Amino acid sequence: MPPSDVTDLTKMPLRHVGKSLVHDSAALHVQGAAIYIDDMPEPEGTLHIAIGGSPIARGNITSLDLDAVRSAPGVFAVLTAENIPGKNDVSPAMGDDPMFASDRVEFVGQAIFAVVGTTRDAARRAVRFVKNSFEEELPSVTVEDAIERNETVLPNYEFGRGNTDEAFAGSPVSLSGQFRIGGQEHFYLEGQVSLAIPGERDEILVYASTQHPTEVQHVVARVLGISDAQVTCEVRRMGGGFGGKESQATQWAAIAALAAKITRKPCKLRLDRDDDMMLTGKRHDFRVDWELGADNDGTIRAVDISLLARCGYSADISQGVVDRAMFHSDNSYFIPDVKVSSRRLKTNTVSNTAFRGFGGPQGMLAMERMIDALASATGRDPLDIRKANFYSDGRDKTPYGMNVEDYDVLHQLVSQLEVSSDYRARRTQIDAFNKESPLIRRGIALTPVKFGISFTLTQMNQGGALVHVYSDGSVHLNHGGTEMGQGLFLKVAQIVAEEFGISLDRVRIMPTSTGKVPNTSPTAASAGTDLNGMAAMLAARAIKGRMAAFAAQSYGINPDDVIFRDDVVLVGSETIKFSALAKACHGGRIHLSEASHYKTPKVVWDRPTAVGRPFYYFAYGAACSEVAIDTLTGEMKLERVDILHDVGKSLNPAIDIGQIEGGFVQGLGWLTTEELVYDSNGRLRTHAPSTYKIPVASDIPEDFRVSLFEGANREDTVYRSKAVGEPPVMLAISVFSAILNAVQSLQPGTPVPLNAPATPEEILKAVQALGGGGGF
Amino acid sequence: MPRSTISFIRRGQRVDVGNIDPKTTLLDWLRLQERSTGTKEGCAEGDCGACTVVLARERDGRLVYEPVNACILLLGQVDGTEIITVEDLASSGDLHKVQKAMVENHASQCGFCTPGIVMSLFALSHSGKETINRSDVNQTLSGNLCRCTGYRPIIDAALEICSNQSPDLFDGRAEKTLELFKQFRSLEDVFVGDDDSFFATPAAESSLAFLVQKYPDATLIAGATDVGLWITKGLAPIKKLIWLGRIRALAAVEETETTLSFGAGVTHEAAAPYLESIDHDFKEIVSRFGSKQVRSSGTVVGNIANGSPIGDWPPCFIVLDAEVELRAGLAMRTVALEDYFIAYKKQNREPGEYLRRVILKKPSENDHIRLFKITKRRDEDISAVMSAFRITVEEGLITQARIAFGGMAGTPKRARSAEAAIIGLPIKDIATWRAGAEGLLSDFAPLSDHRASADYRMRVARNLIIKALAEIAGVPSSSTRIVGLREAAYAAE
Repeated sequence: MPPSDVTDLTKMPLRHVGKSLVHDSAALHVQGAAIYIDDMPEPEGTLHIAIGGSPIARGNITSLDLDAVRSAPGVFAVLTAENIPGKNDVSPAMGDDPMFASDRVEFVGQAIFAVVGTTRDAARRAVRFVKNSFEEELPSVTVEDAIERNETVLPNYEFGRGNTDEAFAGSPVSLSGQFRIGGQEHFYLEGQVSLAIPGERDEILVYASTQHPTEVQHVVARVLGISDAQVTCEVRRMGGGFGGKESQATQWAAIAALAAKITRKPCKLRLDRDDDMMLTGKRHDFRVDWELGADNDGTIRAVDISLLARCGYSADISQGVVDRAMFHSDNSYFIPDVKVSSRRLKTNTVSNTAFRGFGGPQGMLAMERMIDALASATGRDPLDIRKANFYSDGRDKTPYGMNVEDYDVLHQLVSQLEVSSDYRARRTQIDAFNKESPLIRRGIALTPVKFGISFTLTQMNQGGALVHVYSDGSVHLNHGGTEMGQGLFLKVAQIVAEEFGISLDRVRIMPTSTGKVPNTSPTAASAGTDLNGMAAMLAARAIKGRMAAFAAQSYGINPDDVIFRDDVVLVGSETIKFSALAKACHGGRIHLSEASHYKTPKVVWDRPTAVGRPFYYFAYGAACSEVAIDTLTGEMKLERVDILHDVGKSLNPAIDIGQIEGGFVQGLGWLTTEELVYDSNGRLRTHAPSTYKIPVASDIPEDFRVSLFEGANREDTVYRSKAVGEPPVMLAISVFSAILNAVQSLQPGTPVPLNAPATPEEILKAVQALGGGGGF
Repeated sequence: MPRSTISFIRRGQRVDVGNIDPKTTLLDWLRLQERSTGTKEGCAEGDCGACTVVLARERDGRLVYEPVNACILLLGQVDGTEIITVEDLASSGDLHKVQKAMVENHASQCGFCTPGIVMSLFALSHSGKETINRSDVNQTLSGNLCRCTGYRPIIDAALEICSNQSPDLFDGRAEKTLELFKQFRSLEDVFVGDDDSFFATPAAESSLAFLVQKYPDATLIAGATDVGLWITKGLAPIKKLIWLGRIRALAAVEETETTLSFGAGVTHEAAAPYLESIDHDFKEIVSRFGSKQVRSSGTVVGNIANGSPIGDWPPCFIVLDAEVELRAGLAMRTVALEDYFIAYKKQNREPGEYLRRVILKKPSENDHIRLFKITKRRDEDISAVMSAFRITVEEGLITQARIAFGGMAGTPKRARSAEAAIIGLPIKDIATWRAGAEGLLSDFAPLSDHRASADYRMRVARNLIIKALAEIAGVPSSSTRIVGLREAAYAAE
């Protein structure tokens, strides 16, 4: 309906941006109508692939007899390293991930060959007919194994300032400890899957469930020995990614592509869940060795922290992951003299990779663990220790030299949560409860999050989009970001619809394709919306500018007076339908398509000298968690959680709250029930949901209060929003600290030897160490 | 002549499947044969629930809707049911109320688990329950993993659905569906395949006894919640399958003044109300046993028959002096449950013989029952330690003790030293509790594995003796437990 009052119309608030719109695929999800790669109608003659992996963790392949595999029923082809026309390398950067191991194997399950069969069942069965032999070596499984062998996947790295040794010597309180942080399996519900379709002249189309279509394109080209331009990678959606499909979707796509090239048939590879869990990397587990000096009141003077990361057999993207752990080992606290060092240790286990938070959670947990130890040693409330050490005026320089400019956001946010969660009164109640309760103990903790936003590899901070307006006024939206459930596609569509003043259903969200937007960065580092939303907005603005200029010229007015609102365009006193203007523009030979590019300003980081500003801005948050533990069994119950989180000005509050809650619960799993157990032979014993326990509905607290912090991003991001993908994971550190706090009640002042994840067994061990666990 | 097809109702029509590999799962049939790809494979072992579909059956003249894991259910097991999948819920473009609530609550992100969750909630919406609380929702969802949302919006959607009791499409055509089911009422046997490879579904126990003797190498299934994994994960070359799910006599629960018996076809869900009437703690264990999907397919006797050292029911039943009844042909015999388990993976069962039922003795007036399940995750997890207690207290003294554990040895086993250590002692004496815990040291030498270390198992098992005896002595469970409080449950009743 055309508006009656033009003046009011121009003052209308935003129509799409900032609204809690439902996910663009929600109606499809609930009907089973959203199409994932394994759901696509299979092209005629599609073949299916299964992987033959190494049964041992370390050694040399002495023989490989695949005759029985080849002659098994339903087998079409068997692929090994010998079949690779290009390079046998699926690594993201370092050249140390062979697609198929050919002489040496370095972890249990490592791909040695692939069977291409007429059915998936036939291929899986045929794999078992392999006869191979190995010259077996003792594997490195633990951090200690790797240290003893002095094997790393990348050089050691450190940064810091001042003189920590002197500072420790002068500190009235001096603490040190060692602490372990477990890894984490992504457990995306849709496992790794790719479908490759051969084309003419060695062209290939690969549908891959990947966060990084460009890398799939590059790796497929590298493996097949063809140019990037011959490969197109497309992804409509993933059934979850969480970092697990950033660098590690490529191998499966490349194997499918090789199979398609060799058989000249469409080939699909979907990993079985157990294979997926054994053959793809996880969140890095760490041993943290730390030393801390402080004043008697708990003001930190110095920290020396050594982050020993178990990287698995190859580098993958461990450089960035461990760097980010280092960047977050200050969390929100100013440390005058500081040394942060790291080792990227090589073990004969699957190569660990990106996982939501990308090392940040481990670094931050290490710091919070130190804070809790400091609180215990000084007898002060942990929250008081936290607040006393926050970045503040004159105490604002991070260990890597970047200044924290908006620490006041953190101060406000934590103060608000302290009040809204009723922290102080509950603390008093809990202390009173614990005095009267020999078996059940309660604990509470309020912990902050400060998470740096931007890829620390500066060149990755760029995004691209391609927007078309068709002559009927419908809009075709393409950008470099991928949709894994986080709502990126919706947020970008909201931005574009807002720009054109059209309804959201006029914006057609297209699958991500390397043919549409080239040379993209992965959808990672929480930066999907910052980069692609901004790029898409620039594209829409450029087209809109040309449309406005055309309209202005046609009606003889100033282009600035052309307004796009409510599916119409106001040109002076005239009102034209958006679709009519699009048609007129086409008639007037106006270009209605734009490819745009955005690069994040201000970021620069020189790793060798450890100088610069690795992050454009910080996202903040805080959580207050209360737990009860059973000192007879180590069982834990999460009673209540309050979260206040900073997303700047939210583009879509419902989507953002979904990210916050989902991230928190994922972090909760990492720190409590999710335990990766490797045996001494390097074999993962928890490779299915029967043995690896991610949270279920009953694990989340009945009292769960989540709010968005009011405030705009001070940096010039798209609509002043902030990234939200990763930071909420670290809100779950409050649960770990609350458990520690409950155990601490058994014997105040004594260090609590609690490692992550805090399983019932781990909690009971800590309880016993503090003299509990024996009953009455 | 037995029927030679697997027959069921799909979208209002009867479907007959004849030529099929007997180990074909329902999920593979849906995705690869029917090409209905809305139902997803997340794990192929019945733990994630992405494959959840609903089976409708006639029970006492009305339709019941139960969620099952299609990934480990064999197609033959849907014989005589209606299969309802996520594609079937919306009608002429209108979302079902479950779907609408999921959308409006922002309860899907990546969407891959969503079809399974929708189906679990669909079953809940047909459960006939008039009021639903958070704990019902937790139970409904315990077999559905979601890695994106953190569950809160799904829980909100579930609570909303259940406050909306308006009839849906399926209620509307219930009579028609019941009419269609009439054709499956006949007591014909089903035999699909040939002597070398078949899926057999006897309709009477005599046929079952005959088949088990004729094909001693056949695999007997009830819920197949374990055998399903041999097929999907172990790629077991199973060719002969006998399913006992259609035998009425084996689906019977028989209750007397002093005993309770469950036939081999009684699912955990069907057994639940009877078990829960024994003691509050059974309610807690039932709610944590597998998931709704597993409890709807799996059977109580199956949990014994598979001989696992970590099954949850054997310790609970051993303390109730349970017996199992075995049959071979026409011959029947009865064995005390604790003697049925001989050693790891070795049971007192001969080829051609099958477990037909388990008989429990109800506790008497002075008996106190306590059951504790120790897991990494509270719901849908296999026990690191399962413990069961039946302690008889007369005039303040312990006169009889039955204590059994799972996860502590190669079989479910009684803790006879611990039992002996407390007999005749005063229940209220802390020294008694400690004596029990001390006694356990000579009962077991547990192993370390990925669920727990030997040290933890032993420590927690001893502590559970203290916990059980303290509670029986009168310490309120609000001081001894963080979940499953007994007082709260009794207060609510």
